[in-house]
Amino acid sequence: MTDSVVETDMVIIGAGPVGLFAVFEAGLLGLRCHLVDNLDKIGGQCAELYPDKPIYDIPAVPRCTGQQLIDNLLEQIRPFEPVFHLREQAERLERRPGGGWRVETSAGTVFESPVVVIAAGAGSFVPRRLPLPGAETFEGRSLFYAVRRSEAFRDHRVVVAGGGDSALDWVLALQPLARSIALVHRRDEFRAAPDSVERMRRLVAEGRMRLVIGQITALEGVEGQLTGLRVKLQDGREERLDCDRLLAFYGLKMELGPLADWGLELDRGLVKVDTEAFETSLPGVFAIGDICTYPGKLKLILSGFHEAALMCQKAFRYCRPEERLVFRYTTSSTDLQKKLGVI
Amino acid sequence: MPTIRVIDREGKLRELEAPVGWSVMEVIREAGLPIEAACGGCCACATCHVYVDPAWLGRLEPPHADETMMLDEAFQVRDESRLSCQIKVTPELDGLTVTLAPEF
Ligand SMILES: Cc1cc2nc3c(=O)[nH]c(=O)nc-3n(C[C@H](O)[C@H](O)[C@H](O)COP(=O)(O)OP(=O)(O)OC[C@H]3O[C@@H](n4cnc5c(N)ncnc54)[C@H](O)[C@@H]3O)c2cc1C
Ligand code: FES
Repeated sequence: MTDSVVETDMVIIGAGPVGLFAVFEAGLLGLRCHLVDNLDKIGGQCAELYPDKPIYDIPAVPRCTGQQLIDNLLEQIRPFEPVFHLREQAERLERRPGGGWRVETSAGTVFESPVVVIAAGAGSFVPRRLPLPGAETFEGRSLFYAVRRSEAFRDHRVVVAGGGDSALDWVLALQPLARSIALVHRRDEFRAAPDSVERMRRLVAEGRMRLVIGQITALEGVEGQLTGLRVKLQDGREERLDCDRLLAFYGLKMELGPLADWGLELDRGLVKVDTEAFETSLPGVFAIGDICTYPGKLKLILSGFHEAALMCQKAFRYCRPEERLVFRYTTSSTDLQKKLGVI
Repeated sequence: MPTIRVIDREGKLRELEAPVGWSVMEVIREAGLPIEAACGGCCACATCHVYVDPAWLGRLEPPHADETMMLDEAFQVRDESRLSCQIKVTPELDGLTVTLAPEF
């Protein structure tokens, strides 16, 4: 899709806490990083699953929330100017004929680098799919888990399922375009921002959309084209809704995704690495954080940080084979302090 | 030690020893039954969804608002739906029976 190729030292797949800290360790060694994540935000599990929950076991940080940890990491790595490619999934990893690796994303971005770091956590966050018989036959044609183009919903009988921000935001955005629109939610309370809920209720009161309290139990249609849904209402009755575009928001789940097919040695869905450099079975491809496994592995942020530091030592040798690496402290090295921009 | 009874998705019943203070999710997960529990018990994922035997429902602490919100992301939610990571094992829960909700 794109013809330009991004050349860099290190491509990091996953912008969770561990991928972020790898930018810091790489930066101290003078290595530049690009990060890819298919979430729309930086921070992996910390930002997506528990932004407001406290973490107590980060060394020397007695307490911080998931989001604070990510914000602090971002501040710490700012001097190294990492480049983020969000909403892109790393789809392919290939060996370059001349050495090094080529990574291609779902958006067509192509990277070439001597080192690839897989910091993919428990895998990519992807939308949870509707677990109803036949659902897969409608997916991508009349059943969607995200909106690529709002125009695809114009003049259709749209049903949106869910009670969070995505569901409410899209109901409000698509209402003016759709021929009819209904929101289906399990109960008459919403996690979404109160302001959006208020606007939705106003549209309902004005008769411009419907709110149906219940759960979808069956899909109707032929050859990928939905015609209607069955909804079980709170009182146990069933109602049929006309529908030719269904947009379902049931949260996100984590899936190993494309990296299962990259020829990496895996152990129960995790990438096997050595504990000296956290390198995978493919030379120059490293795995750190929750995605990697080795005897004694703990899925803790602090373990991921340690893995990032050791990984970078070896990564440096791939990136700068002609240079020697000298071990230095940030406290005393003017060279490191210059890189950090503090002097 | 209390025992909890878990019916898996094939309808098979198992009796599991349940250490007091563990969550029901932890008991199920440590027994190797298929429960995703993606968030590890933080009430942040809804993948530890179970149906509690109606006879037991009233004997549990009622769910917190957090849990009710999170159940919105589960599927096939019923009146007896709970997130098993939010149910703490106590001696009074000896014999508690739960069914694993469908996976998705
Ligand atoms: C509720 C909860 C509480 C926790 N509390 C603690 C705690 O107190 N202390 C602690 O140490 N740990 C805690 N953890 C665990 C901690 O969050 C993880 O260890 C940590 O997030 C792992 O970081 P990571 O960078 O390896 O992966 P993640 O945070 O999982 O990030 C990986 C990222 O990679 C992306 N990705 C994966 N594959 C691809 C691909 N192919 N293309 C593009 N992007 C991809 C994903 O979308 C994701 O954003 C907790 C976890 C949860 C869920
Ligand atoms: S394990 Fe995630 S909500 Fe219970």
